[in-house]
Amino acid sequence: MVEHRPWLTFIAHAVLIFGAFILAFPLWVAFVASTQSAVSFNQIPMSLLPGGHFIENYSAVLTRGVASAGAVPVVTMLMNSLIMAMMIAVGKIAISLLSAYAIVYFRFPFRKTIFWLIFITLMLPVEVRILPTYGVVASLGMLNSYAGLSIPLIASATATFLFRQYFLTVPEELLEAARLDGAGPWRFFRDILIPLSRTNIAALFVILFIYGWNQYLWPLLVTTDPNYYTIVMGIQRMVTVADATPQWQLVMATVILALLPPVIVVVGMQRLFIRGLVEIEK
Amino acid sequence: MEKRVFFEHRLTPYLLVAAQLAITLIFFIWPAAQAFYQSTITQDAFGLSTTFVGLANFERLFSDSLYLHSIEITLVFSALVAASSLSIALLLAAMADRVIRGSSVYKTLLIWPYALAPAISGVLWLLLFNPTIGIIAYALRQVGYSWNNFLSGTDAMILIVAAATWKQVSYNFLFFLAGLQFIPRSLIEAAAIDGASPFKRFWTIVFPLLSPTTFFLVVVNLVYAFFDTFGLVHTTTAGGPAHATEILVYKVYRDGFVGLDVGGSAAQSVVLMAIVVLLTAIQFRYVERKVVY
Amino acid sequence: MAEIELDGVTKAYPNGVVALQKVDLKVADREFLVVVGPSGCGKSTLLRLIAGLETLSGGHVLIGGRDVTRLEPAQRDIAMVFQNYALYPHMNVYNNMAYGLRNRKTPKPEIDRRVRETACILGLETMLERKPRQLSGGQRQRVAMGRAIVRSPAAFLFDEPLSNLDAKLRVQMRGEIKRLQRRLGTTGVYVTHDQAEAMTMGDQLAVLRDGRIEQKGSPLEIYRRPATAFVGGFIGSPAMNFLDGRIEEGGRKLRVAEMFSIVLPGAGLPEQEGRNLTVGIRPEHFKINGNAASVELPVELVEPLGGQTLIEVLFGKKIVTVSLDGAIAIKSGDRIPLSVDPAQLHLFSLENEVRLDCIAA
Repeated sequence: MVEHRPWLTFIAHAVLIFGAFILAFPLWVAFVASTQSAVSFNQIPMSLLPGGHFIENYSAVLTRGVASAGAVPVVTMLMNSLIMAMMIAVGKIAISLLSAYAIVYFRFPFRKTIFWLIFITLMLPVEVRILPTYGVVASLGMLNSYAGLSIPLIASATATFLFRQYFLTVPEELLEAARLDGAGPWRFFRDILIPLSRTNIAALFVILFIYGWNQYLWPLLVTTDPNYYTIVMGIQRMVTVADATPQWQLVMATVILALLPPVIVVVGMQRLFIRGLVEIEK
Repeated sequence: MEKRVFFEHRLTPYLLVAAQLAITLIFFIWPAAQAFYQSTITQDAFGLSTTFVGLANFERLFSDSLYLHSIEITLVFSALVAASSLSIALLLAAMADRVIRGSSVYKTLLIWPYALAPAISGVLWLLLFNPTIGIIAYALRQVGYSWNNFLSGTDAMILIVAAATWKQVSYNFLFFLAGLQFIPRSLIEAAAIDGASPFKRFWTIVFPLLSPTTFFLVVVNLVYAFFDTFGLVHTTTAGGPAHATEILVYKVYRDGFVGLDVGGSAAQSVVLMAIVVLLTAIQFRYVERKVVY
Repeated sequence: MAEIELDGVTKAYPNGVVALQKVDLKVADREFLVVVGPSGCGKSTLLRLIAGLETLSGGHVLIGGRDVTRLEPAQRDIAMVFQNYALYPHMNVYNNMAYGLRNRKTPKPEIDRRVRETACILGLETMLERKPRQLSGGQRQRVAMGRAIVRSPAAFLFDEPLSNLDAKLRVQMRGEIKRLQRRLGTTGVYVTHDQAEAMTMGDQLAVLRDGRIEQKGSPLEIYRRPATAFVGGFIGSPAMNFLDGRIEEGGRKLRVAEMFSIVLPGAGLPEQEGRNLTVGIRPEHFKINGNAASVELPVELVEPLGGQTLIEVLFGKKIVTVSLDGAIAIKSGDRIPLSVDPAQLHLFSLENEVRLDCIAA
């Protein structure tokens, strides 16, 4: 930092490299496992170098899935995850934009009440209302559907708060100028507010996509039809096989496939993603 | 904060909030109310009749040794996860703040695990610790420790702590790094001129100034350990062996969905809700008082 | 003994930028040197090299006779006052000042004595329990100085400490710093871009430009005999005027802006015969009179300051600022006769901007 202490810088690099290695190691092992043949798992411990069965394993899971998990082709599960994640991300952003807009730019009776109602959802993650929420979804006939997978997760407070906070920092003059220019609420929203919020929307989209993709408990509850399994929850059925060893090479191939999209998004849109995280926590 | 300029329309705002309000009421408020209600009833074995029992479910819960054990397990688990992932992340962030060359590479290499679902993290570590073919299990055997997370409760706990910590380090790292880079360089220089060694500087100047970030992260990590780790436990230990890793959020699922104990599970839900409210209140209270230098 | 010496100091950055080029500088014991120059000239870099916050690319730094080039800041026995004060926000005033002494394992009673003594000198006795955010700008400034003073270092280093204060406070603090330094008798190096600060505070001035010292000397020396056109134009406010000139008649006469001629003192500049050069004239050295060596010029702008009047006059193609005492009844559009005392002319070579002195008769 300040002084010229080369050995301290050396230690810093060493620690960082070690840290990166520790974080990468499980991933490497998973990849290696995904390229082995079934018999190579009789070797103890398993090898640390990739095997030659990459194409065989990956195409197997993609097309045929794993028997214990309902033999759903992983491709199907990936699609389900994608649809769910997209619906959640887009849905959340859309209704949060609308709600935040209403709360900030309008005065109407019950505004405060509605604000607090939305706020309460922060304290009600799925995990604390499992049974009843499942009951509601079931009675609405939304089990085993994309709607059931995503809609209950869409109304969250964080996105609304983020946009509300952002809208509060938009200069008043913009609205005044827009009104003078004859813009009604919808015009103002569409032509001025949304373009201004572009970066926030993009950053939030990254975070919400990952959030949606990584949903576990909810898909677990609302899907009994394997054709609606999402990939993150689907893995559990491959791993928890009673009285038998999991087919690790297939499981790991699925794991790699399951984590690729979010990792690519995080790494590829690192700046946006970090910005989104920081904005939310403000 | 309020806007000075606003629209006077009457119907429009309601239309705008309609979607969110509807979903909130149907899928959040209504089930929550139901949970409260269900926590005060019991159903007979066939689910045909329901009886109002007041707080009996809660009494039963808190005298149930399994539930108390679950509370204990959850506290131990969250403390371990929070403490380890925060200290590791702090170390990495402090080191990353020091190096100039390659810092963006390190950053990428250290934040990607954020993208993983806890369940995925669980599966990865499940393989590493697998008593038969796992690399780490093998290494432990070489030094004389016979590892088996399917049989030993301690081993199972170590497994889920490792998986949960490993994944959370990147999130903490990110925020610690941001917090560190927010500290003005001139403060560090002044401390250097004042005779403080790098080590001393870190603990007397940097760490105290990092306390808002640290506090914030402690709360976030606790929430993570309490609630976001369901998938992790479900894919790895399923609460076992013998309830050794049955954290509260897993028990709710197990008793409710698998055990079909409506009243008990609802009571547990209410308890969890209380915990969330507490943690969220702390977080928001803290956010109001965030110190700006 | 706390003299500071910079010997051939060079600082080059990896991207090729050279901040300081072989700078030689001596600050005598107990002297207050002000290093002044425009932004980017390298003055902050110079200070930070003395402090040890940056590493040199070449040369040596000596403090009190010791070669400190390889030493850490903490080992150089210097104290620094930062531009933004750099007070530890989570510590109160007392602890801010005590921190340095604690790190040096000074005994507690000693620390207490020194902190309270220093607080007294600076008028901070009642604020020892307060945190920086509860203090005003001027108070924070004093705490920053207190932190430096309490260590009794061999030298003080100031990095533009007054630039964050409003104008009035700045003038007040200027005097306080100077008085303090006198009283304590500690060697001081003060960096600023404000030439008024430089003139009023320094025992010696060093004018820096693009990593080189253009001139070092006492404020009046630099004011009266600037070594280069740059120094002439940088020091003094309103700034020195520059006009084109040519030497004629064997070096005895100077033709200014093709408009009038003036006889140079002594024997003039014989070697510059026929050559063009730059003529520097300070605004206060113009006189309004109608004698032979004057020229009538149109007034463009009048700025009455009360005790002083600034007039902008069109001299050929250039605008020239003239400063006159008192309130003068002139208005824009008038024509006034201006002349200048030849002894007050500053002549600079056109090629290298260096000062040219007339030869004695």
